[in-house]
Amino acid sequence: MTVTAEEGFRPQDDRSDILSVRDLRVWYGTERGTVRAVDGVDFDLRPGETLGLVGESGCGKSTLGRGVLGLLPPGAKAAGDVHFRGKNLVQLSQKELQTWRGPEIGLIFQEPMTRLNPLMRISQHFEETLRVHEPGIDKEEVRARALAALRGMGIPPTRYRNYPHEFSGGMRQRLMIALTLVLRPAFIVADEPTTALDVLVEAQIIKILHDLRRNYDTAMLLITHNLGIVAEACDRVAVMYAGHIVEEGDAKQVFSEPAHPYTRELLRSTISLRTTGLHYIPGAPPDLVDPPTGCTFHPRCPESMVVCRDVDPVEQRAAGGQRVACWLHGPEDRIPAGGRDPLERGEISVADEA
Amino acid sequence: MPTKPDTARDASSESAREPAPELERGPLLDVRDLHVHFAIHGNFVQRLLSRESGSVRAVDGVSFALRPGEVLGVVGESGSGKTTLGRAIVGLADPTGGSIRYRGDEIAMVSDRTFRPLRRKIQMVFQDPHASLNPAMDLETALAHPLRIHGAPAGEQTRQQVRDALDRVGLSPVERFINKLPGDLSGGQKQRAVIARAIILGPELLVADEPVSMLDMSVRAKILELMLELKNDLDLTYLYITHDLATAKFFCDRVAIMYLGRIVEIGPTDEIFADPKHPYTKALLAAIPEPDPRRSVPRNLPRGEIPDAAQPPAGCHFHPRCPRAFEPCGWEPRDLQALLESHWAGVALEDYERERGVVGDVETLQTMTGDAVLHPGSNGTAEAVRELLEGLRADDPDEPLWKGVRDVSADGNGVVTRFADHRDPKLQDAGGVQVACHLYD
Repeated sequence: MTVTAEEGFRPQDDRSDILSVRDLRVWYGTERGTVRAVDGVDFDLRPGETLGLVGESGCGKSTLGRGVLGLLPPGAKAAGDVHFRGKNLVQLSQKELQTWRGPEIGLIFQEPMTRLNPLMRISQHFEETLRVHEPGIDKEEVRARALAALRGMGIPPTRYRNYPHEFSGGMRQRLMIALTLVLRPAFIVADEPTTALDVLVEAQIIKILHDLRRNYDTAMLLITHNLGIVAEACDRVAVMYAGHIVEEGDAKQVFSEPAHPYTRELLRSTISLRTTGLHYIPGAPPDLVDPPTGCTFHPRCPESMVVCRDVDPVEQRAAGGQRVACWLHGPEDRIPAGGRDPLERGEISVADEA
Repeated sequence: MPTKPDTARDASSESAREPAPELERGPLLDVRDLHVHFAIHGNFVQRLLSRESGSVRAVDGVSFALRPGEVLGVVGESGSGKTTLGRAIVGLADPTGGSIRYRGDEIAMVSDRTFRPLRRKIQMVFQDPHASLNPAMDLETALAHPLRIHGAPAGEQTRQQVRDALDRVGLSPVERFINKLPGDLSGGQKQRAVIARAIILGPELLVADEPVSMLDMSVRAKILELMLELKNDLDLTYLYITHDLATAKFFCDRVAIMYLGRIVEIGPTDEIFADPKHPYTKALLAAIPEPDPRRSVPRNLPRGEIPDAAQPPAGCHFHPRCPRAFEPCGWEPRDLQALLESHWAGVALEDYERERGVVGDVETLQTMTGDAVLHPGSNGTAEAVRELLEGLRADDPDEPLWKGVRDVSADGNGVVTRFADHRDPKLQDAGGVQVACHLYD
């Protein structure tokens, strides 16, 4: 459904993109057939920029994050281009990728406790991380760099020789971020980094992520289901639905004037302090073994037209400047006669939900 | 299968004992000074020597009343004791003190046998729908299970009740769902089934522990809407336990904010959200990420995290994190340790190492009570330690800790920091709500 973004699609900047993803596809083989979890995705990231990736569960957000890093499980297959430092990461061998992960590309996971070794002191975690990627580094430098990274996360140096279980949940997540940043990667994928945390600690972590770009010039792909986090920590936002990016652009712009009906409905159904009435999107994200024809959102879309069922949408630039794949934004010349007629929708039962 | 032969008789005797009409006007549930403490048993050797190693005070003196038809939100972070409170009310955690009265009858610390008939009236919806349904039971068996436990015979009447409950929660057409296993359902559908199981006995009070927090954003609104419909149709009263202030604001008539086992603020939802009184409530409200691009990241967040409930801070439990804490809030030696550590987290490595040599071991402050005594390290004297502390005070005189410090004095072998006397804050009326904070004394 996606047309590869033309050159100059985004405003040009004097700094070139650190990461360019073009037509990335990821499939899983299952007993029921092929799951097209990521189905032709394009995006770019500049140094120091944070791109938020949002959508309901099962829309392919995490798979996209892992696809970019080459961390797919056995049985999954990726194709397309992930351009990073002049290489296509999709074509690198696992061995080559391993040397890239860490010093060039970092990953922050959702559950910090499952990623720290309970038998190793924090100091040993840093020693291991630094020695693997920078052989020959001496002990004093390990300590100096580790303590600097910890200081950046507000963890006192007195805790350097503690074990992971001696830290609270928020501290562990900060440890994970420090362990990722100590190698100074140019690009980080953060997969739901605050989901397991409480409100106040979550806000502390968001603040840290928000400040990262200023302090480290790191580009970040921040995967989350929480639209509030995107609004506060991201420069740009990409909205994913059924394996496609349906809208992507400046976070402020997308949140104040969403161009795609899915983005708008997702924002409306989020319960926030300003919520005065409940709203939800009927139905559930489609089964990716056999997704709907045309625009995959058309069975749930309140504005679906005949053309939405019949023809894949073409990526357009909305009035506000964001990329959007929705027939409401044209192009007019590709909508067949009668295509703008409203689509008679099948009844969606109350219980058909995610 | 009924697990006890006498349950049927218990249930029928309960239905014969209808609540007296005058009790209808009183609170449905009245919780007074409830305590739920969990003993910590320590390691194997300690247990052999039968040494007690303290207790976790999960619920530490909680009082509130719930009126019939009301929705009371219990809001707090993890570790605040909100889930234990809910479990104590449904009889799944044993209170160690205080009272819970249901329509005037004491239900805390009573035998299982006395409690069992009441379980029909007080039901619980759990947080994780994936974990609260038996994966080997289809929905018909799962929903009929509570009926059978409470003595209903298997038969057409039970089947009809199951079908009605499924239909009521929106799992219709019933034929499509009644023989499904939990594994065949989506998260939202599972939570509907859990709610159906909770209402099938005709309860009056539903304790809902984070019923939507495991669900996708787009499903939460649907489940909340269902719960509101059920409340109106079935005259339910809810205790809604959550960490999510946004859903609490929408859903609840009154809200109780819990912190480390205690209620710090309780009152009508509108009052609390329009004008939060307790600094903790204020912080929680400021920290919620809102999908509003005009808002930026809040800068003045409370430091640290919710402390260990086995060793709660003295005085007001929130004081170590509170930006407005002052003299009587409960300052103690470990607050000085936290101050030194957070200072060291922000200085260059050389400064840290030099100062560490001056101050020596700060870990001893962790378990100290009363005055804080710091012994100088290998490169320091008592006078140097005192100067360092006074230097910290001069650098940041607004730091709340210093408001609670009487004086810092050096004697021959150490530096003594004396703290002001403290007292526990009590819930008191403050402009339409009740708040436990010395700022409102």
